Amino acid sequence: MNKILKYSLYDLVRSRWMFFYFGFFLLFTLGLFWLSPDISKVAISMMNIILILVPLIATMFGLMYFYNSREFTELLLAQPIPRQHIFLGQYLGVAGSLSLSFLLGMGIPFLFYGLATSSDVGLFLTLLVSGVLLSFIFSGISFYIALKNDNRIRGFGLAILVWLLLAVAYDGFLLLGLAHFSDYPLEKYALGASLFNPIDLSRILILLKLDIAALMGFTGAVFKKFLGSNLGMIVSLIVLLFWVLLPLWSIRRASLRKDF
Amino acid sequence: MIEIEQLYKRFGKNEVLKDLSLAFRQKGIISAILGPNGSGKTTLIKSILGMVLPTRGRIRAFGEDIRGRWTYRDKISYLPQIARFPENLRATELFDMVKDLRQRDTRDKALIELFELEEHLQKPLAYLSGGTRQKVNLVLTFMYDNPVYILDEPTAGLDPLSIIRLKQLIHHEKECGKIVLLTTHIMSLVEDIADEVVFLLDGHIHYRGSIPQLKADYQASDVEQAIARLLAGEESPEKAFTLNPS
Amino acid sequence: MKPLHIALSALLPLFALFAKANAKTIVVCADCNYCMPGDAVAVAEAGDTILIKPGTYYETNIEVDKALTIIGENFPVIDGQMLDHIITVTADSVSIQGLQVQNVGLSFIEDRAAIRLSKVSHFEIVNNKIFNAFFAIYAANSSYGIIKGNEVHGQAVEEMTSGNAIHAWYCTHLDIEGNEVYGHRDGIYLEFVHKSRIFGNKSHNNLRYGLHFMFSNDDQYYGNTFRNNGAGVAVMFSKRILMHDNLFINNWGRSSYGLLLKEINDAEIFHNIFDTNTLGIFIEGSNRITYRENDFLRNGWAIKMHGGCTDNHFSQNNFLQNTFDMAAEAQGVDNSYDENHWSEYTGYDLDKDGLGDVPFRPVKLFSYLVNQTPESIVLLRSPFVGLLNFSEKASPIFTPTNLMDHTPLMKPFSWDKKIQ
Repeated sequence: MNKILKYSLYDLVRSRWMFFYFGFFLLFTLGLFWLSPDISKVAISMMNIILILVPLIATMFGLMYFYNSREFTELLLAQPIPRQHIFLGQYLGVAGSLSLSFLLGMGIPFLFYGLATSSDVGLFLTLLVSGVLLSFIFSGISFYIALKNDNRIRGFGLAILVWLLLAVAYDGFLLLGLAHFSDYPLEKYALGASLFNPIDLSRILILLKLDIAALMGFTGAVFKKFLGSNLGMIVSLIVLLFWVLLPLWSIRRASLRKDF
Repeated sequence: MIEIEQLYKRFGKNEVLKDLSLAFRQKGIISAILGPNGSGKTTLIKSILGMVLPTRGRIRAFGEDIRGRWTYRDKISYLPQIARFPENLRATELFDMVKDLRQRDTRDKALIELFELEEHLQKPLAYLSGGTRQKVNLVLTFMYDNPVYILDEPTAGLDPLSIIRLKQLIHHEKECGKIVLLTTHIMSLVEDIADEVVFLLDGHIHYRGSIPQLKADYQASDVEQAIARLLAGEESPEKAFTLNPS
Repeated sequence: MKPLHIALSALLPLFALFAKANAKTIVVCADCNYCMPGDAVAVAEAGDTILIKPGTYYETNIEVDKALTIIGENFPVIDGQMLDHIITVTADSVSIQGLQVQNVGLSFIEDRAAIRLSKVSHFEIVNNKIFNAFFAIYAANSSYGIIKGNEVHGQAVEEMTSGNAIHAWYCTHLDIEGNEVYGHRDGIYLEFVHKSRIFGNKSHNNLRYGLHFMFSNDDQYYGNTFRNNGAGVAVMFSKRILMHDNLFINNWGRSSYGLLLKEINDAEIFHNIFDTNTLGIFIEGSNRITYRENDFLRNGWAIKMHGGCTDNHFSQNNFLQNTFDMAAEAQGVDNSYDENHWSEYTGYDLDKDGLGDVPFRPVKLFSYLVNQTPESIVLLRSPFVGLLNFSEKASPIFTPTNLMDHTPLMKPFSWDKKIQ
């Protein structure tokens, strides 16, 4: 697996797409800092990019890589290595290089603007960690979708649907549910529902740093316990890690059963 | 060396292999696996390599059941049909990777020389022509001295000179007592290098026999004619006639 | 007649000298003639000074009923052992300095205090340390007093069983200055206290309010810091209060405010900084108030208006990075918003006059939704909510249509910050 990872990283870090991706984050972040000296404003814009664009690009790139390397994958399958290692290695290669582009693209401006030593370092670390976790989660989801669908159009369609659902529609349904049942105690439901969506989870992780004052304005004991202590941070991170492992496990499982 | 017993494979509703039993035991034999499109050639090869998982039946390689195993693939060299590699890797890196995976002595230098690949080694694979990529593919396949070679359309995209060299290479392997499985659409290649023909039709073995026997059985002057007659016997003669006017 | 007059007037300074010479200093220490502060107070006469040497004196119910100056040397400890009042002042012109008064037990019948002032004037309570008292400094029916530089530290756990650090009731003309109060129910509590000044205090980690006005008029407070209290400052049922140059910071929690205004009329609020509070200012039924040149930074809600509020005027304030700038159910009557800077503002200024050409609406649809269903806060900053806010901005349905700043400032208004 390490060897596959090594060579897919070799391939990917030289890819034009990775370079674009890195350049995009670099220019975007530098542009934000240049336009606005207001750290929170920069953080909010970056948060939106991380929550919307990172999952979308990770999904699309994962699919593209998988479908484009299908013949190469066949060559690898004929080699004396366990087949799940091939896919896990390639997945880690994709997720790793996406994360690397993201980390460098956003991290270099952070360092450049001296944020590593400022009081906002926690907020920016949270942004970076969320971005990396989302890259892993969504490239994992895309690999799983690609493994399950040989038809590229179908694969891309499904992936966009999953992204749309998690990035936008999920919150709409959640809000609708909350508004409809507003006479009932909903705090557990509201928090619970957020755990089932990695994008919501990352958002809450960032909110804990960005809007803690507003979050503390709520009555419920569960909210208070969740948001008021480190518990929220820890639970969110653990569930996000679970979200990273879930596609990993599914990829392994699907790769063992698939015909090529 | 390779034994297939009552192999069934179904993709959804489509039954591709039906009760297929086949063995390749004899060393120094080149077997051409032939058949019309969709007859199950590729599925059979991929089943041997463990890429396609049988619905039913058993495959044994070098004496052991291959189900859930991967080490036996170290003794098989496979030439896949379409040579498309990661765009941003160079040919040398690709060779290095396979060497890294197999960790065995190789003869890639001689092969690179044979196919005149030196000048292309440092280019990203995306910039290589189809024929050159196929040569890279061939080097990858033949760089290990293995008892079994499985070649899927080995001549695709090659220039005549390279085809001649490839034929010499395959012949050399045969002389060294290797088992070679080959699929191709080029009947002259079969005629030139194969020892026997395995003809698949609708997922089972329709015919198996040596080249002279095939020609004798169908009273044909060459393999192409023999295959045409073989098919004509299966389908309506008129249709076969239109397929092959000679 | 005339010479006598002259002689008398010549003698007057002499009398004064005599009086002063007559004033004596009584020393209290373990080996002194007076080993308890109470004994010294009993024998002292008006104008005397009592000097208390370092040591720990276990005593309660010391009644200071004459004009004495009580000075502690190196903070001698007067320990009430959780029993009763410690010092009660019932005479005018008493000064108490440099004592460490501690351990006043809780009572449900009376407001027990470390230092209690009752119906007195011209008192000074200066530079004392008061620890673990039910009430620390308690002034009732008193006037013209100074409470300055004291450090008051309680161990309050819940509101019901805790008292206030500095508590004043029916007082006028108090100066409460430069005290540090923490760990009580309210840091400073004022009820029916008029024409007083509260300045330069640090009030933090109190259960309820950092500073609390009830039925108090014509007061002003400035240069104070209110940090980590249940709520920073509550001003209730009071008139003509001046509030300026204060820092309200990190007051978090349910019903937690930087500043709570309830039934307040004719107040002025300026040059304050509201930083990272759940609610910057919560305004309920308050009228004729001006808010100018304040900074609202990183609050959950910078301003929340509730109930009928008329004649509230917001101008030249800076609203920076608040989760919500404003929540208001209705636009209210005669409230105005002019030339504030809003960091959320995305408009443009084509004529370059420093004012945005498009009005800014500080009330978001999402703040309305959160008001209806508090749990929906988990969707804060969700892209979906962004879409909702955007469509509401284009055509308001749920949010007050007229609540807007027609002349938003493009750049933050800069004012001279005295407190940081």
